[in-house]
Amino acid sequence: MTKYVIKRLLIAILTLWIILTATFVLMKSIPGDPFANEKMILPEIRANMEAKYGLDKPLIEQYVIYMNNLLHGDFGVSFKYKNRSVNSIIETGFPVSCALGLSACFIGLVLGVVFGILAAIKRGKWPDYLVIFISILGVSVPAFVFASLFQYFFAAKLKWFPVSGWGTLATMVLPALALGFRMVAYIARMMRTSMLDVLSQDYIKTAKAKGLTQLEIITKHTIRNAIMPIVTVSGSMIASTMVGSFIVENIFNVPGMGKYLVNAVKDSDYTMIMGMTAFYAIIMILMMFLVDIVYMLVDPRVKMD
Amino acid sequence: MSENKDRKPLLKIEDLHVSFMTYAGRVQAVRGVSLSMEKGEILAVVGESGCGKSVTAQTILQLNPSPPSVIEGGKIELEGRDLIKCSESEMRKVRGREISMIFQDPMTSLNPTARVGNQIMEGILKHQKVSRKQAYDRAVEMLRLVGLSNPEQRMRQYPHEFSGGMRQRAMIAMALVCDPKILIADEPTTALDVTIQSQIVDLMLELREKLKTGILIITHDMGVVADIADRVAVMYAGMIVESGDVQEIFYHPKHPYTWGLLDSIPKPGTGRTDRLVPIDGTPPDLIYPPKGCPFAARCDYCMKICHERMPEITDAAGGHQVRCWLQHEYAPKVENRYTTGEGGEDHAAGSHRA
Repeated sequence: MTKYVIKRLLIAILTLWIILTATFVLMKSIPGDPFANEKMILPEIRANMEAKYGLDKPLIEQYVIYMNNLLHGDFGVSFKYKNRSVNSIIETGFPVSCALGLSACFIGLVLGVVFGILAAIKRGKWPDYLVIFISILGVSVPAFVFASLFQYFFAAKLKWFPVSGWGTLATMVLPALALGFRMVAYIARMMRTSMLDVLSQDYIKTAKAKGLTQLEIITKHTIRNAIMPIVTVSGSMIASTMVGSFIVENIFNVPGMGKYLVNAVKDSDYTMIMGMTAFYAIIMILMMFLVDIVYMLVDPRVKMD
Repeated sequence: MSENKDRKPLLKIEDLHVSFMTYAGRVQAVRGVSLSMEKGEILAVVGESGCGKSVTAQTILQLNPSPPSVIEGGKIELEGRDLIKCSESEMRKVRGREISMIFQDPMTSLNPTARVGNQIMEGILKHQKVSRKQAYDRAVEMLRLVGLSNPEQRMRQYPHEFSGGMRQRAMIAMALVCDPKILIADEPTTALDVTIQSQIVDLMLELREKLKTGILIITHDMGVVADIADRVAVMYAGMIVESGDVQEIFYHPKHPYTWGLLDSIPKPGTGRTDRLVPIDGTPPDLIYPPKGCPFAARCDYCMKICHERMPEITDAAGGHQVRCWLQHEYAPKVENRYTTGEGGEDHAAGSHRA
């Protein structure tokens, strides 16, 4: 176990290094720089600003300095948000995005799995068609449409929830639903396919030949085998949802970190791009590790080595 | 096995018809099968792929998914009780308790994510009012009976930790744990290699002696049939074409299809070097079955009437039944090595146990 964890950790560090180096190279090869938007800037001022942020140094030196700072847990100072470090932006934004993302994932996974099971059991009957309809709707309609529709009906018309904002449980419901809807659709479709696949396996026939009821066959012999593909996709799904959604957070005015990565790229906010990428990568690597552990718990054939 | 008219057979299938509704049409997989089986008897149903033998076996326990399968007629009587009329919940009490089943591929017939022990205990806990401890003890006893060493340790293991032969043994233990009257074995040796095959055959013979379980074995392996069966029913295109005691079928086969089957098995140790003789052609399309004998198109002895009318089942010499026009009193007498009694010895020698 310890050996496995150490091995995984080393691979994780290597992965992170490759991601960051690639991002650094790509980022620097994009035309423009953090000050390109400033109007009528005097060359002297520009030179001063570049010197202040260390952008006058050779690229290799910039890279070494940044990596060294990163090793000490310092993501640097944002070019765009004056006097704010990337660390502080993550510290305030991540808890919000994480809470929203996890509740969306909870809705997505629970409803998705339940719908998928129902559709598979009632194959070819109305619950199946309903689930297929929801799936196609959820996968093909963009999240901002649902977000706006939810806002209009549940907040503006019915007044069940606040239109936007953050802080209370009620403010969380609509953005979580808007984020989770797509996941419900995706997971339900996947679970349905997986269930149908497992239900056609020989061991299901064995279970039936033992005299088990349909319910016993589903609960004891089907779900555990059918959930494996869901475990596989849920890792990256949870990771990408936890770091925030640009669109949904914007629509509901949620102070998460979803907007920062997108804006950072737009503004060539170098430290922010690197910091967000590093953070996202770390979360993703952690989730993948977690998925592998869950794998071992669910499927006895999967062993650590 | 002598026929006893006064006693009710353990299992009696009468004129069973099963079809599958497909997009291409109604596939008449089983077309009037009649079989009967006595207590403790081993009955083998043989035939090539797609002849309806597995469908017949699975229909006994109503395991065929419906739709698309439909039981269109006939009776399946277990000690006089018609199983086709049973409700789903009554069938559940039959499955695993009165009639058990094992399948072709032991690699896929066990749930990969459940411990072997739990899978065996499940049947006991379902059908008998016993504690978990009693069920556990019974499962361990069964694993020992089917010849698995360290049964306590085996109970905790998962199927992937078992070899193919061990899994089939575990399957047999699972099937027999509630002491059923009949074990249906659907090609139980097909997916195993030859040495393991003969071990499983020996195990089934041994368990029949110990537990007096009737075994209905479905196979296309004539070697296995010779080793294990008391009686044989040869199936072709959804019908029984010939049935009788195993000695009769091997030494005095009457149906040209049975001759063909016997010609197409290897006969090691006999010194014969002739090539195996396949049966030319393919079985008929069961969406549009021929109105005459289904084997007519592939039969070397085919007569005009064979294409026009379905032959009736007739009692032939030696107490077995044949569905063939050659048995008719006006039919020409066919001379070949089976009808002259020359062929049989080869096939007995060809079995595993020779």
